[in-house]
Amino acid sequence: MIKYILFGFGFLFTALTFAQELEATVDKDTTQLEEVILIGERKLSNYRQEKTLSSIDDYLEKSNKVTMIKRGNYAWEPSLNNMDSQRLSVTIDGMQIFGACTDKMDPITSYVDVSNLEKVSIGSGQEGTENGHCVGGGIDLKRPKSKFNGSGFKSGIDLGYETNGNYKTAGLNAEYVGNKFYINGDGIFRKSDNYDAGGNEEVLYSQFQKYNISLKGGYKLTEKHTLDADVIYDKATDVGYPALPMDVSLAEALITSLTHTYKNDSTRIKSWESKLYFNTITHIMDDSKRPDVPIRMDMPGWSDTYGFYTKATLTESKHNLLINLNGFYNRSLAEMTMYPNNPNQPAMFMYTWPDIRTLYTGVYIKDAFALTDEKTISASARLGYHNNIIAEESGLESLQIFYPDLTDSKSRMLMSLSAEYKVKKDNYDATFGLGYGERAPSVSEGYGFFLFNSFDNYDYIGNPTMKNEKSLEANIAANYYINNFKIGFETSYFYLTDYIIGELDESISPMTIGADGVKVYSSLRHANIFDFYVNSSYKISDAFSVNGTVGYNYGKGSNKENLPFIKPFSYLAEVNYTRDLFNAALQINGNGNQSNYSSFYGENETASYAVLNLNLGNVFYIKNNKMVFKYGIENILDTNYSTYADWNNIPRQGRNFYMNVSYILF
Amino acid sequence: MKLKYILPILFIALFSTACSSDDDNNDQPPVINEVEGLTKIQDFTNNNHTIELWSETGHFKTGYNDISVRIKDNTSNSFFENFTINWMPVMEMPSMEHSCPKSTIEKAPGKNTVYQGYIIYQMTNLDGSGWSLTLNYTIDNVDYTVTDTITVTQNYNQNVTTFKGSDDVKYVLALIEPQSPKIATNIMKVGLYKMENMMSFPIVEDYTITLDPRMPDMGNHSSPNNTDLTYRSDGMYQGNLSLTMTGYWVLNLQLLDETNTVLKGEAVTLENPQSSVYLELEF
Repeated sequence: MIKYILFGFGFLFTALTFAQELEATVDKDTTQLEEVILIGERKLSNYRQEKTLSSIDDYLEKSNKVTMIKRGNYAWEPSLNNMDSQRLSVTIDGMQIFGACTDKMDPITSYVDVSNLEKVSIGSGQEGTENGHCVGGGIDLKRPKSKFNGSGFKSGIDLGYETNGNYKTAGLNAEYVGNKFYINGDGIFRKSDNYDAGGNEEVLYSQFQKYNISLKGGYKLTEKHTLDADVIYDKATDVGYPALPMDVSLAEALITSLTHTYKNDSTRIKSWESKLYFNTITHIMDDSKRPDVPIRMDMPGWSDTYGFYTKATLTESKHNLLINLNGFYNRSLAEMTMYPNNPNQPAMFMYTWPDIRTLYTGVYIKDAFALTDEKTISASARLGYHNNIIAEESGLESLQIFYPDLTDSKSRMLMSLSAEYKVKKDNYDATFGLGYGERAPSVSEGYGFFLFNSFDNYDYIGNPTMKNEKSLEANIAANYYINNFKIGFETSYFYLTDYIIGELDESISPMTIGADGVKVYSSLRHANIFDFYVNSSYKISDAFSVNGTVGYNYGKGSNKENLPFIKPFSYLAEVNYTRDLFNAALQINGNGNQSNYSSFYGENETASYAVLNLNLGNVFYIKNNKMVFKYGIENILDTNYSTYADWNNIPRQGRNFYMNVSYILF
Repeated sequence: MKLKYILPILFIALFSTACSSDDDNNDQPPVINEVEGLTKIQDFTNNNHTIELWSETGHFKTGYNDISVRIKDNTSNSFFENFTINWMPVMEMPSMEHSCPKSTIEKAPGKNTVYQGYIIYQMTNLDGSGWSLTLNYTIDNVDYTVTDTITVTQNYNQNVTTFKGSDDVKYVLALIEPQSPKIATNIMKVGLYKMENMMSFPIVEDYTITLDPRMPDMGNHSSPNNTDLTYRSDGMYQGNLSLTMTGYWVLNLQLLDETNTVLKGEAVTLENPQSSVYLELEF
């Protein structure tokens, strides 16, 4: 504890020292704030992606530090720095939104589509706390910005087909941009049958079907004030989860927001954006398509979130200041009804999430200060109040079975601090960062009631008495450039205390038939997570380039056990040929043998693998219209493999031919 | 425009209701219904009196029956406030007759005319026949008696069990609480009686009853933080019963005497999924 206090003082002291220096320095243009925050921000464009219509999951997986945990062919769960969703802050345009599934079958990335988004901001560790507290990092899925450039009407059609799984995609988008107002809408439909793993092995229950509609419009009140309204509706039906004992018959989300933006280049306050939002999710798990289950059950879940944020960017001499005040109120309710094989007996019912209300309000401040043209220092802090209430009396009573003294309300204060120093020279750049962050247990970790985890085959019980999980982190990234050659590395180290993980409690009998026992969430004294990546690229000619990445990750708890879901040695190499109207890429990626697997937490060893992909793209101009073709072969060698992040080792897709066509009408 | 007119009307409506509800000063004192929420099981009638038996369900079933009693004067149609009463339920079998565990009947707390007690029917015939109930009561030092046949239906679940312990004593064990189980740690109460003879079933004191609730449909799932039932001054055995979900539960029990010798019942293991002494619960 003392360590943290010292760190906090150290942090404040440095911040203060810099604050004093500020006045003396000369004016300088610092518009780099956004880039400072982000380790990765990629624009979603028809050109850059291998597939125009790749899912958001495919897209995120391309980032170095992001891994998608797969329970099927749909709704993958993002993991950043080897930490998954409860340790991350995943938001849509700054809006908090929480999945309604107790088994994490609906990460919020599954409720938006690539067609809805303009870019994704990924902040590693404490650099990802602009929208909420996290220890692993933040992922913000950004909607297109409003525009009033009078570009008029534009529309496009996207069609896609993939042979593996008979996967069909169709999308339509249209926009009208005037000088005073704009409106844009898009719809996309995706349907896939079961896919085949390498060797034509059909993976049962891997089908899915979904559609997504979004509508966004804005009105310019005056030169400086604009008002935007935004609606996303996403509905997935018939989603199979081959790695789990249940499928999903409905996952439905309605995400709405209203935003007011003030922009002024000539004042101290450059921009001031305020948003009110509401989103509601219904998620219904269902096992009616499974022929053999020990007991039939329904597991519906609901999550509603109301929230707001108001954030301003200020520029004062060489300071770039961002202030974000936000708050949300979430209601998470999930229940389970089981139908005994003996029809004379009553159905068995329980609340698996007993109507948990979460109220959060907090403030985030970030200051980026340019020391010189080449050196920037930035610091950020988030402070928040977090409260959980068990609204369902019956839910409180059911948790009191485990915690007899439990009351219905629990409040926490959460804090996050980070500091970063960045140097950018002609032939090298480097970033050094330090951070301290806290997070509250998630609803499942705090209040889950007999949540079955098919990964380690244990039932999990939440623990509302746990302390906040705390993380102390350090990260370094550097790149070195010689002529057309670039080499760089990035590394992060996390020292987590009160690391939340399930601990076996022999005295509790499992609820799920066939489960090995019950784990109760508890705080591991500490845990270490380390990752290290080396990236290099070489530009052979204007058209040809090669690049490669190798990564190493490590995670261990204070109990000397390996942590689960730590990525083994990984590599990726790519040869690119790029012309204006044609591009091709041959890619190999793979993982080493997962030797440091966590048998203690239910993992088994995953063998090494390598897959080869070929991606091609053409662009045609027909009169004023543009046509983009993307096609290729994934897993050319039809390798049958699974990775460490595949739930219960379900095999990944075998050979797949794909083709996407986008036709853009101006 | 319209709002301007509607609002005052709304206000007036609100205030006037608020006023009228306050002064409910009628001339006669309100008649308090002392059997509110209860349903009549049966009337026992003789020349002078009608003895009314009430319970929540309105009928007798096997197991624990919480019964309210009041006596009406057939001439004045008023209820007596002071009397003493006892009862004797009798089951007529082909070869013999026997009674069952029962409590004394005392004035119900806070009531003027209602007395309260319980009867635990340990068995019945399939058609509900066989039982009769004799009520002996005294009003103003005059003894009266009345007997009638009653109908006792079989409860769907086993809420009472009869067994012979290793001490060769026949015991009756009945579930008293929870009557409305919840997904929670419930207070569980059990009555334990020994069959002294065919007509006498006194309370057994200071034994211990171990508890292991299970759901056979869920792979014999159990629940945590249950406690053994111990004897309390109210004449019942009490402990904590945790129920993690609704549905069908088997409460496996073992009966231990003062020296912790097991008189009846077995621990639940993989090989032995159920104790020979158990109660059932469904909600």
